Formats: sequence, structure tokens, C-alpha cells
Amino acid sequence: MPLLGRDVVLVDAVRSPFGRARPDGLYAHTRADDIAVAVVRELLRRHPSLVPDRIGDLALAATTQQGDQGLTLGRTVGLLAGLPRTVPGYAIDRMCAGAMTAVTNVAAQIAIGAIDAAVAGGVEHMGRHPLGASADINPRFVAERLVSTDALVMGATAENLHDRYPRLTRPRADAYAAASQRKYARALAEGHIDADLVPVGVPDPERGWGLATADEPPRPGTTVAGMEGLATPFRAGGRVTAATSSPLTDGATAALLMDAATAADLQLEPRLRLVSYAYTGVEPEVMGVGPVPATHRALELAGLTMEDIGLIEINEAFAVQVLAFLDAFEIADDDPRVNPYGGAIAVGHPLAASGVRLMSQLARQFATHPEVRYGITTMCVGLGQGGTVVWENPHHASSHSTDRRSTDD
Amino acid sequence: MTERITHALVRDVQLEDLGVLALITLDNGAGPRKPNTLGPQGLDELRAALTVLTQRARDGEIVAVAVTGKQFHFAAGADLHGAAGVTDRASARAIAEAGHETFARLLDMPVPTFAFIGGVALGGGLELALSCHYRTTSAAVRGIGLPEVFLGLVPGWGGTFLLPQLIGMERALRVIVENPLRQNTQLTGPDAERLGIVDAVLEPADFLSESLRWAAQVIRGDLVPERYPGDEPESARALVSSARIEVEARLHGAAPSPGRALDLLSLAADGDRHASVEAENEALTDLITSPEFEASVYAFDLTTRRAKNPVGAPDADLARPVRSIGIAGAGLMASQLALLFARRMQVPVVMRDLDDVRADRGLQFVADEVQKLVTKGRLAAAEGNRIRSLVTSTTELADLAGADLVIEAVFEELEVKRHVFAELETVLSPETILATNTSALSVSAMAAGLQHPERVVGLHFFNPVAQMPLVEVVRADRTDDSAYATAFAVAAACRKSAVAVADAPGFVVNRLLVRLLAEVLGSLEDGTEVTTADRALWPLGLPMGPFQLLQLVGPAVAGHVLDTLRENLGSRYPTSPGLQAMIADGARFVEFESRPTAASPVDISIARYFGSRSERGGQDEAGLLRRVRDALAEEVDHMLADGVVAEAADIDLAMLLGAGWPFHLGGITPYLRRTAASST
Repeated sequence: MPLLGRDVVLVDAVRSPFGRARPDGLYAHTRADDIAVAVVRELLRRHPSLVPDRIGDLALAATTQQGDQGLTLGRTVGLLAGLPRTVPGYAIDRMCAGAMTAVTNVAAQIAIGAIDAAVAGGVEHMGRHPLGASADINPRFVAERLVSTDALVMGATAENLHDRYPRLTRPRADAYAAASQRKYARALAEGHIDADLVPVGVPDPERGWGLATADEPPRPGTTVAGMEGLATPFRAGGRVTAATSSPLTDGATAALLMDAATAADLQLEPRLRLVSYAYTGVEPEVMGVGPVPATHRALELAGLTMEDIGLIEINEAFAVQVLAFLDAFEIADDDPRVNPYGGAIAVGHPLAASGVRLMSQLARQFATHPEVRYGITTMCVGLGQGGTVVWENPHHASSHSTDRRSTDD
Repeated sequence: MTERITHALVRDVQLEDLGVLALITLDNGAGPRKPNTLGPQGLDELRAALTVLTQRARDGEIVAVAVTGKQFHFAAGADLHGAAGVTDRASARAIAEAGHETFARLLDMPVPTFAFIGGVALGGGLELALSCHYRTTSAAVRGIGLPEVFLGLVPGWGGTFLLPQLIGMERALRVIVENPLRQNTQLTGPDAERLGIVDAVLEPADFLSESLRWAAQVIRGDLVPERYPGDEPESARALVSSARIEVEARLHGAAPSPGRALDLLSLAADGDRHASVEAENEALTDLITSPEFEASVYAFDLTTRRAKNPVGAPDADLARPVRSIGIAGAGLMASQLALLFARRMQVPVVMRDLDDVRADRGLQFVADEVQKLVTKGRLAAAEGNRIRSLVTSTTELADLAGADLVIEAVFEELEVKRHVFAELETVLSPETILATNTSALSVSAMAAGLQHPERVVGLHFFNPVAQMPLVEVVRADRTDDSAYATAFAVAAACRKSAVAVADAPGFVVNRLLVRLLAEVLGSLEDGTEVTTADRALWPLGLPMGPFQLLQLVGPAVAGHVLDTLRENLGSRYPTSPGLQAMIADGARFVEFESRPTAASPVDISIARYFGSRSERGGQDEAGLLRRVRDALAEEVDHMLADGVVAEAADIDLAMLLGAGWPFHLGGITPYLRRTAASST
């Protein structure tokens, strides 16, 4: 057994449509907690066999835990969403890997038997809470050269990756980014995106109420040729452009996890089975390589190698950071296992919410690829971390969790 | 007043795979506290939007239209202030027609129309929703209703026709006539669903998106809301007739709006939409230009605005903190005050009386009242425990020493009260506020002789304390701003409305009520028939007739106040030998079993006590009404001349809240003005 304790499965994961973090964006007049409430309610509405009292915890992540993202999100959202008051909740922060950490945290709670079921997710309204805007950065970081100042600017860390690995060129990044947009557009057309989306009522004092039903950030029709003239905002003469970066995004996600036996009792179909997970630290200046050691560690825990992994959902904070990962594992830039529905460069990256989006998409791909047994979700984290979760496909013939699906024992 | 325009913002929403739903948001841009209202320009905007949408629906561009409000507010109805300013019939009719013409576009829209009621929907706001084909509401909404009759109007933008059709005549009568006449009772979202006004109640957390999902189910045909099957016209008309008898028995035709509403409901039983539209237009035209409506809007403003910002109150910052309260006395009034302070202000309250029996009885009263509230579910058990633990009683004067405010509620006799204050001053800090709950005695006289008269104020609560919303806050000759501001702060903390009054006999409410009673008694002494006197004030529509009121107060208490006012105000408050005789005999004005009510019939045999001045011959009904009007007008003039209140509006506010006098009188002075009884 790669992990100790009970089998943990992800039963479902949903998300809000993602919006552009702009004054005229989809959620410009919507509170972050209200987006999270909509997502949590829809997640539970989809599974009426789960009596809400059975939810053992509600873990919600946000990077900036202030204002409408403050006051113990997991608890406030639970109350606002109308969960029974007996259901506890807490807030989580591991910057971009917040929702991922929420998932692995509640999974651990489930695995050791402390709880049977949990909701985990994240929300980030970057329009209201730009990354780091309210941080009070300790002067020791700079004075003692603990990190270079550009470690705090994510785009600068992406530029640093280009410096460190000269094989990571702008043309490769541009091609990768264009492909991401293309893959997203195709997935949308094929109906792989909408199924996970929760319609969210959005107020607007100028335009009246609207309904968010589709992602706002994607730019269909983006071509490499169109990217060539773009500025490099993070560095004069740099390589990272708006087109090869994930856009600033507002959105929320939530996943429902439980132990395999509880899922079977409730006749809920597992969509992912947790195999292992790992978080590791890397140099903050090149935070984008975080997924590499994290994936090594998670695979090692699982007793697997990259050979065993049939699908990879990697968060595209920047194209160059994905390419660094692919090079490290000798995977081609256009390998069909990687982000088949496109990634954050197209759909957006609401920091602490993104981890669960990777999982919901992996779950959908697993269903259409029963021949794939294992997949990973992985992401880099600001200030130099990586996180990776290894999942097994419950639809696979020899899946562990399908063996155990019996209600009468 | 310029119109705060409620805009009709139209936004296309993709409704699942069905097509485009045009979503109209009503928003006056004034934030979550100011309700949307529908004035002429707002209606024009909505009508224009609906005209465009009708065309788009015909062109197949949209599959449905929905109307919703901004957060917490759907629409609170017509712009009352705009309507109240209308004096000519043509403009009044234009208001009526504008609503009909706008809402007809929803009724006649070629695609289904929905109202998503996520907040307050009152009057014309609810009629807008009724004009849609389907309605959802949020479980959190409080404030659904048709209060028009309460305000001197009728729901004349389709309400009288559409509502009985939707929910049946019996329930429509409740919503359109009974609730407005019952302290303007309003409905919650779940209430509205039970009555059939809305088709579905949805949870507030994702109300809009779930309403859209619900609409999609309806359009798809997966969901067919259950609807009232409809009344037989005959039985519907019969229901209206019996309602009319009840209303007539209570109001005796004093206000025109209930009767007009009943006329329209009766007509609606015919099911002829165009006839109902025309009749509603006509009724609104009459009522908008009526003095009763003008007075009602004035009264509405007084009770909603002026009551919250009492004129004559010093700067609230001058108020001293009140962290504990002492009460001199533990009788019925004292115990009611103790409960109020403990419940609303949540501070320790000590009642002090002369012996253990009285002290214990006061405490027991509080405990019993708390228990009743807990049993009825009006208080949580823990809250009840908190209130009980806050209230104590004692016989030791020294136990009041720590209080920040001590209010006396002892026997209504000046010397008794002066003694109590003098005694208190020996144990209290000079900063402690001394308040009196006197209803008619001079507060200045009570303060005279004290070392610190500047801390003495009057806080006149009305009986029953828990129900009556008014406090007369009395400034004595030497009351300082800090003490006076503290008294207003206490009234506000108790969730009472305050009116600033000078230290004049009977202040406002009792002075006018007793003057009215004195005129009726005087008229009996002049030889007026008891039944004539009983009926004479019907045209005012007061909550209670004079004899019922006399009995409720108690003839002896009424006599005592009458004496006090005569001593201070003179012969306008003459002795009534008949009243004296009745008190001596223990006779009753009205017939009742346990306690008198507004409906208790007058005992005509009381005539035998009166007639001491019968050589004057008494008055007929009109004559007595005129006599009472003139007397009230005279008394109001005296009060204004003496500076009892800052403005006549404060007298009206006091009578509305302290005596429950009706909106259609505007309190009293608008009525006196229009009946030419007063020059003010």
C-alpha cells in the first residue's frame, strides 16, 4: 500500500466558470465567498444520497485570506451555503496549491478514519485580491538575501527559468500556449468543459443580474504568429508574455471526497482514487520547477514511474514552467497525455482554486480513457514549492477501488 | 422631490440549451438599503424595455422574460411621494394607467414571463410580479404584500383582478384587505408560497441561478406549477359581501380605501380583465387625489422617518452610558419596564419596593412574562434565562446606588414622587440620571428641591409597555442636554420611537385623549343620548370608541387624570359628575366578561349617571363630532402656542404611535385642517 489507512476517493469536483480579474470581468461585482457558496451547494445538490450531516469537514483555500476571503472560509461558506451547523470547516493556504492541499488534507483525515466524507476546494477573486497586494513582506528576505526580490514576482520567476534552462525558448513557450488555447477550444466544443461548471448568478450595478455559464479568459483562435509581437512585461527583452502566462482570474472550485466504503454505501461512483501525494520545496526564484521534485516524490511513494502515468494535468501558471517539467521527464511538448483539455493559460488560474480544476478534468478524462490506470495532477507554487497527487482511474479494469465495491460486507 | 428612478436593466442570459432568457433587473442604484420604487420615469423605462422584448419574443430571439430586483429588494411599490404630490385627477389617472400599460406587456408577452422575488415585493412591486406568468421567491424574503389599503389606496395596478384569480377570493381578501387593516401585516416568502402567490420558494444562497433553473424546467414542461382552480363567481361575491360586513363593523366607513378594494374584488369575480382595469383606474384616480391618501403618506413618513430621528433630541454623543438601571417601585408598570430594559438593553436591572411581598411579586411578574415568551417561541430559552438573571428586586434603597439611571414608577402623586427622588438622591452619584414615568404630573415640580435637578428627565412609556411603540421624552425646566440625550438613547435602545415634549400637563397623548373623553362626557352631561355619543366619532375610525377607552383605562384612573389636567389646564377639562358617580358605584361603561376590548358594547344604562347640565340639550352625532374636532383643534393650538412640541408633526406622530390613531387622519392635524376645525 503506497499510503496507509483507508481508501480515499474523489466522488465529484465542480467549479464556477472562471472570470477575468478585471473591473469589467464576470465577477467584478460578486463576492468571493458567494462564488464559493454557489459551487459548494451545486456539488452537494448533485449528490442527494449524501446527507449533508455526514460531511466531516469543509476545507477551503484562498491565498489572500482577507475581506470576502477572510474569517475562516471553510466555516463561513459552510454557514452561508446552508450546511448543517454541525459540519465544521477551516481555511487553507498554500498559495497556488491551496485547493490541492485542501483535498490532500481532508483525504488524510478520511484515510485515518477521523471523518468519512469531506468537501475541499478553493476560491480566489484576484480582481479583489491581487496576489501579495496586502502582504507585509519581512525585510529580512531581502536584507539577508534569503530570496531575490524577483522571487516574489511570479512572471520574473518564469523568466528565471528561461535563463536557467536555455533549451526553454520563447518559440517553444509560444507554441505550447497556442496549443493550450486550441485544446481548450476543442474540449469545450466536445462538451468536456461545461459538465463541471456551476452557473453562478452575478450582480452588476450597471448591467443588472447575469448568469455566469462559461469561462471568460480563453482566447480562441490564438496563433503563434499573433503572439510574436507581444511585450514581455516582466523583463525588458524577456521571453514571457501575456499569451504564455495564465491570466489573472476569479473563480472557485470544490470537490467531494470520501472513503471508498462510504461512497459504496451511498452508491456514489468514485471518479478518482487517491494513490499518493507529495509537496516539496524548491528555490523560490525558480518556483516553476516545483512539480518536478514533487512528482518524483509522489511517484516514489506510489511505487510508480512516469511510465505508468497515462494522463497528466499540470497547472499552466506559465508555459515555460510546464516545459521545464516536460523536459525533466523527457516528455514531448505536444504529448497527448498532457492537459488534453488545455490548461490555465487558456482557462485561467484563480490561484488557490486551481488544484481542484485539475482533478475535475482528470476525472473526466479517466472516464473516457478506461485503459489509463494512473494519472497525476501537479502544480507549481509561489515562493518555491511543488505539489503532485497521483490518482488511480476507478474505471480501469484492475482498479483498486472497483475491487472493494461491495455494500453488504 | 425628484424621482429616484428604478432602472430596468436588461441582460441576455443563456438558459441551459433552451435559448436566451431576457433578464430584467430592477435597480435604483441606491444600494441595498433603499428600496426600488416605481415612479413615472421608472415605469416608462420598464415599459420601453418590455416593448423591445415583446418584439424580440415575436422574432423568436428570446424564449422567456424574467424580472428580478437588486439584492434584498424586488420593488417596494409605487413612488408614494410622487403620487402624494398629485392633486389633479388627470395626473392621478396617468399614474394608474402607466402601471396597467406597463404590466400588461408582461401579461401579454408572447413568451413565458417570470418574476424572481429575491427581496421586498410590496404593492405595485408585487403587482408587477403578479403580472408575470410564474413566480419564485426566496425563503429569506420578509415583506411581501399589498399594503395599499393601509395607505389609503387600492392595489390598482392589476392586484385586485389578478390576485383572486391566482389564489382564490378568500385568500385574496386576506392579503388585500385584512392584512393591511391588521397593523399592515406582511408575508414571508414561505407564507406567499402557502397562499399560492408564488409557485416556488427557493433558498436564498443561490436564489437567482436556481430560479433560472426552475424557469428552464417550466419552459421545458418538466414542471407544471399547481394553480388554484378558480372560484364560482357567486361564491366569490358572497365572500366579498361577508368581508364587507366585517370591515364596516370595524371602520364604519371612516376610510374609503377598504370599501373601494372590496368593490373591485367583487367586480373581479366577473373575470372581465378590461372592466377591472377600468375600475382600478377610476378607483386609483379617486383615491390618489383623496385627503385620506395624502394624510396616510404623511403619517407613513412620520412613523418611518421622523420617529427614527426625533426632532428636539440633543446630539446623541452627549448621552451617558447606561450600564445598569434601577427602578423605584416593583408594581405592574415597574415590572414591565424591568422586563423591557433587561430584554432590549441587556443591562442589569434592580427593582426596589418597600416590602418583600411587593419586591417578590415584581420579580415573579418578570419571570412569568419571560416564561410566556419562551413558551410561545418568541424568546429562546437561553435568552429567557439571561433576562431573568439580569433582573433582581430589593427592599434596600442602597441597592440602587450603582445604577447609571433610576426611573421611578411609583404611585401617580406628586408628593410621593418628590419623596422618592429626594430619598434616591441620598444614595446616588450626582451623575446618575433620574427619570420619571409619570403620565401627567410636572417633572419640573418633581425635580424642584433636588441638589441635582439637571439630571431629571421624563420617560413616559405607555401601557402595555411591550406593545406600545411610543415614549414621550420630557424635558423639565432644568434638565441638561446630557441627561436629555441619555433619555433618548434609552428609548432607542428599547426600540421605541421617541417624541420630545416639554414638561406640560399630560404631555401630548394623554392631553388629547383626555380632552376627547372630557368632551364626550361633557356631552353626556349636556343630555346627549349614550348611543348617539357612542356613534358620533365613528367617522374618525379611531381604534377604540370613547367608552371602551374609558373602561380600558379604568374610570377611576381616567377621573384622576382628568382632575390633574383640570388643576393645570383649567376648565377645558371640566368635572363630570356622572363619571364621579360611576366611580363611586364601581359602574362600567361597556359590557365585557374578562377585560374590555374595542368591540365591547356600550352599556346604555349609564345614561342614568349623566345629564347634570341637560338643560343644554346635548348634541346630535354630527354636533358631537364637530364639538370633539373643535376641542382637539383648540387643544392642539394651545400645545403649539405653549411649545409642548417643536411642530404639529410631533403631535401627529405621538397620536399615531401612542394612541394608535389612524393613518387616514394623518394622526390628527391633517384631519383637523381639512375639516376646518383648526387653523394650524
